[in-house]
Amino acid sequence: MYSQGLNQAETDDTADATRAARFQARIDAEDKIEPNDWMPEAYRRTLIRQISQHAHSEIVGMLPEGNWITRAPSLRRKAALLAKVQDEGGHGLYLYAAAETLGATREELVDQLLAGRAKYSSIFNYPTLTWADIGAIGWLVDGAAIMNQIPLCRCSFGPYARAMIRVCKEESFHQRQGYEIMLTLCRGTPEQKAMAQDALDRWWWPCLMMFGPPDTESQHSDTSMKWKIKRFTNDGLRQKFIDATVPQGHFLGLTFPDPELRRDEATGHWSHGPIDWEEFKRVVAGGGFCAADRLAARRKAHEEGEWVREAAAAHAAKRAAKLAASKEAA
Amino acid sequence: MATTSVAVPDTPLIRLALARADDALVLGHRLSEWTGHAPTLEEDLALANIALDLIGQARSLYALAGEDCGLDEDALAYRRDERAYRNLLLVEQPNGDFARTIVRQFLYAAFIDAWWQAMTASCEPRLAAIAGKAEKETAYHLRHSAEWLIRLGDGTAESHRRAQAALDALFPFAAEMFEPVTAAAFDVAPASLREGWDRQVDAVLATAGLTRPAAPWSHSGGRAGRHTEHLGHLLSEMQYLQRVHPGATW
Ligand SMILES: [Fe+2]
Ligand SMILES: [Fe+2]
Repeated sequence: MYSQGLNQAETDDTADATRAARFQARIDAEDKIEPNDWMPEAYRRTLIRQISQHAHSEIVGMLPEGNWITRAPSLRRKAALLAKVQDEGGHGLYLYAAAETLGATREELVDQLLAGRAKYSSIFNYPTLTWADIGAIGWLVDGAAIMNQIPLCRCSFGPYARAMIRVCKEESFHQRQGYEIMLTLCRGTPEQKAMAQDALDRWWWPCLMMFGPPDTESQHSDTSMKWKIKRFTNDGLRQKFIDATVPQGHFLGLTFPDPELRRDEATGHWSHGPIDWEEFKRVVAGGGFCAADRLAARRKAHEEGEWVREAAAAHAAKRAAKLAASKEAA
Repeated sequence: MATTSVAVPDTPLIRLALARADDALVLGHRLSEWTGHAPTLEEDLALANIALDLIGQARSLYALAGEDCGLDEDALAYRRDERAYRNLLLVEQPNGDFARTIVRQFLYAAFIDAWWQAMTASCEPRLAAIAGKAEKETAYHLRHSAEWLIRLGDGTAESHRRAQAALDALFPFAAEMFEPVTAAAFDVAPASLREGWDRQVDAVLATAGLTRPAAPWSHSGGRAGRHTEHLGHLLSEMQYLQRVHPGATW
């Protein structure tokens, strides 16, 4: 038995090596990997982790912006914000569906989030204190999300890449809408302009942290690059974001909360001051300002919705039983 | 004394448009409170959709009222006090549990869908145009809430108990829907829709296995601006930025 088992394992290993080589060749040829294709376990696990974290971020991200739906200052803004938060929920839905194609279930992924075992984007642990935060989130947070996600439209895993194409279209709409809120505030009363400046002061550094730790400390990058799950480094994407965003902020007449921010005439890039990575580590480790509130809100919704989900399941089972009985009788 | 509130003239068209706009806005606002907190992700999206439809209807109706009194939609929504709001008491009732929200939606949708259908033939073309769009939306709201009410009534002992409790609590607010808003020729008298509403509600309740409450009394006053205590809190939250920054553009 033992030797048979061993032989079996050896055959598997050789077969796996061949399959792994073929898999990598497909990736190198920019072929899309589909759910039923063979893939290394580590590739599957990496994707489930990344896609589910992304889905959780969309869902938790509904909370800080949802905080302003009932206080939006005009009917047009109220409708636009509600539609935006609804889009984020839709993004969560496609992403959970993409993770499910890899053999994970939405229930287990959500359980991980509620148990505090899964991560989500650190940015959503910051509070939305004024209406200008809704503008700043659209402009900066959705803007940073686009920088991260545009390359994911070419991700080697087909369902993720396709979900990202749809998501990116909506994110760029959110980004323009957020910028337009900022523009309106900056052209408004002195109080409104101060509100916009305060929002930029609070959101700028946390947005730069959204791209993850500096390349010198990033753990997953190498394999993710090889598998074409990731195509740019954290620092590369962060730089792209800064270069795109700083002129937009100056156009608004706002000041970035970084005295060292300056344009390097030789490279054309904006160089920035040091990022507080200790704060980032604390937020990622669960010590974010709103982390406890965010998880509590998700848990409350889940627990209070349990009887509703049970009722829907019980009703569906009763209907199926009735249908089966009536077919039998006929 | 300076005030940020607006005064609105009273004509039959303005009265009707405001009453229906306030119904839609207040209910849409209530539903929007669920966003991010619903029992399932799918329901989060569905409730937000319904809220968006209702806010959209409110905007068209405020625009119509505004054409006749020179005020824009935001002045009408954000700068009228509680006593000037004309919505039904039913729609301002708090969300409560999911059963409360569904029953509130169902009782209202079963009425307003029929009303909008009838209003597509209104002799006021601007109202008929709004009705044509609204009626398609409310048909979905009715289907969505009726399907949920059946699931909840039939599902488990707990969901049945909660659905029945919600019906018992909200039924006294139903009769107000059938009070006349205007006597104008372009308006459809709500009382003319009562029988159809009764039949529809009874049919859904029968399928759901729920009992129609006897409702020995009914509450009213919303059309005259006499509200339950809930509306003031809803409006103070909704209106606060407009009230704190008078004249600002958002
Ligand atoms: Fe999103
Ligand atoms: Fe977004």
